[in-house]
Amino acid sequence: MDIEREVTLTVNGTSYTRVVSVRKLLCEFLRDDLDLTGTHVGCEHGVCGSCTILVDGHTARSCLMMAVQADGSEITTVEGLAKDGRLHPIQEAFWEEHGLQCGFCASGLLLTVHEFLSDRRDPSEQSIREALAGNICRCTGYQNIVKAVAKADRIWER
Amino acid sequence: MRPALFEYAVAADVDQAIGLLGQFGDEAKVLAGGQSLVPMLNFRLVRPRYLIDIGRIKGLDYISLVDGGLHIGALTRQRTVERSDLVREVCPLLAEAIKHVGHQQTRNRGTVGGSLAHADPAAELPAVVTALDAKLRVKSTAGERVLQAREFFRGSLTTALRPNEILVAVEIPSWPIGTGSGFCEYSRRQGDFAIVGAAAVMQRDANGRVARVGVALIGTGDRPFDATPISTDRLIGQIPDEANCKAAAEEIGASVEPDSDIHAPADYRKHLATVLAGRALLCAAQRAVIAGRERGNGH
Repeated sequence: MDIEREVTLTVNGTSYTRVVSVRKLLCEFLRDDLDLTGTHVGCEHGVCGSCTILVDGHTARSCLMMAVQADGSEITTVEGLAKDGRLHPIQEAFWEEHGLQCGFCASGLLLTVHEFLSDRRDPSEQSIREALAGNICRCTGYQNIVKAVAKADRIWER
Repeated sequence: MRPALFEYAVAADVDQAIGLLGQFGDEAKVLAGGQSLVPMLNFRLVRPRYLIDIGRIKGLDYISLVDGGLHIGALTRQRTVERSDLVREVCPLLAEAIKHVGHQQTRNRGTVGGSLAHADPAAELPAVVTALDAKLRVKSTAGERVLQAREFFRGSLTTALRPNEILVAVEIPSWPIGTGSGFCEYSRRQGDFAIVGAAAVMQRDANGRVARVGVALIGTGDRPFDATPISTDRLIGQIPDEANCKAAAEEIGASVEPDSDIHAPADYRKHLATVLAGRALLCAAQRAVIAGRERGNGH
């Protein structure tokens, strides 16, 4: 039985080893220990979707995982989407379609959309709206987010 | 730090997990996918002294066809069930219902066994396994027990699991291919817990009569409401139609005893129970292939 453990995980291609309290949430670990503050923490109980990241390629709420549970995992946060100073096509589409206002929910949305579009093409508006259902935005009314996802589908070569 | 202080261990296998549980008993909580437990830890609604992480145990993540039914390992992710061709073919009720469990982001992590052992009265899977007459296999250092789903759920967040036991598998019996099923729920937003929901399975004989039926409701009490006895009394031997499915549903709606809460008053829940049980039953009846005949509705 431990109150601290050593974890090794890969975040956006970089391997990190740290000793963490076993009750530290993964979102807190990313933000406070690794200084990756692009992952936003809203509701802290898995409802708002702001803290969504990719764990081994699949979306997860980083407020619903302890950092110790991610030991050995490969994680992608919003900081891992842009490459060589160029926005990811999903980010480009959100930019062009004004798919965000305050931006608080955007990082979680981008990773949700990343998983959604990675294995499908030409999604219907209905399926886009269903895919976004686990991410709450309080600014946009979703219209431009839906447009941004449709645009991302068109411009992301995958 | 959101959760209160606890001590943590990773169980390498089932024997280690039940050994630790045997040692710490009700001071310990079992962590699987964490999608129900971690929110409660964050709110400090639960403050276990010990947390036993079973998420890395190998061999509890499987979906197997056994004697025409399905055996599903407790650590099988909900998303794996959702994407399984075998589940869609053998147990379409489970395939249909699991899409209503949280969101994809939580189904990617959440496990079948975790949802069942958590026993939220508004959760879908407890009702589904009750309607299907499934068995739950549990294990402790004293050995294994097999419990009927309808005996497993004892109240809100309360099951027949003893403090030293873990759930290792759910065993869904054979419902022949061609059995019809229906799942209907009403929630305010997609992915929310249901206010009320109904799961129904129905097998029809060569004459189109109901040979076997299972129904369970969620959101109408502190555990799944097993409406199988009512549905059996009303429908076995009948040709199911709108009138007799509705009559069964009205008796179900009259029998549930929901409480009022901030989400819905009790009367409204009773109304929803009647409407949704009726829809689920009729849907199951229409989708059921009459034994020996071609399926007519393309489902």
